[in-house]
Amino acid sequence: MKNEMRLEFISVSRNESFARATVAAFVAQLDPTMDELTEIKTVVSEAVTNAIIHGYHNHEDGKIVVDCMITDDAEIEIKISDEGTGIHDIEEAKQPLYTSKPHLERSGMGFTIMESFMDSLEIISEINKGTTVIMKKQLTKTKTVCH
Amino acid sequence: MVRVSNQFTVKENVLIVRLRGEIDHHETLALREEWQTYLRENNIHHIILNVEDVTFMDSSGIGVLLGRYNEIAKNGGQFFVCSIHPQIDRLFAMAGLYKIVQTAKDEKSALTMLGVAS
Repeated sequence: MKNEMRLEFISVSRNESFARATVAAFVAQLDPTMDELTEIKTVVSEAVTNAIIHGYHNHEDGKIVVDCMITDDAEIEIKISDEGTGIHDIEEAKQPLYTSKPHLERSGMGFTIMESFMDSLEIISEINKGTTVIMKKQLTKTKTVCH
Repeated sequence: MVRVSNQFTVKENVLIVRLRGEIDHHETLALREEWQTYLRENNIHHIILNVEDVTFMDSSGIGVLLGRYNEIAKNGGQFFVCSIHPQIDRLFAMAGLYKIVQTAKDEKSALTMLGVAS
């Protein structure tokens, strides 16, 4: 069951819930477990929040694009892109508890959560061009037995 | 989308916070203000956080919890989290929250541990 969708919205924090709910609705066709659905919603929320806070520094006129693909094999790929300021040091940004904005009470766990809830995480970033986060996850296929 | 409100209750020097719904970056903007107002306007020493009705939380929610923990810990206060369900438990464990806060089964047992009659 190959399928894909694209979602584009502006960098308004209200869209964080819109983005994760929409991706969850799209992924629902793979009949994910509750845990898988929670993980996917969480990582979408983390990446979109990063784009809003760090990519666009809370300016509400940036564009965020979410591309979502599912394969015949129940693998899901989620790509979340912004055209914001980019990340200076990706390895530093990925460190647990690291945050570039401690005054905003950020926990610094965003990338750590993305890494541990998904099978893979790839970050592509260029200063003043933007950041793209690509995450993949193989969902369990135990339920698709009766055809 | 239906917005469910969080609930704050003061019991002696304890602030009981019942969070509801989805706690993400957007929701934390108002939540932080409200929570800080309660801490400031009452003589609060300890916090009990009830997460029973939290349907979603991400690292932004963790950030706000840690912020309030720091506020009361500097005065020697205790921070209890109670009524934790499996989905929230995974996030809390991963974020290392259990190394910092204390946990209780429910509000009543947290109050007992703080020596406050419920």
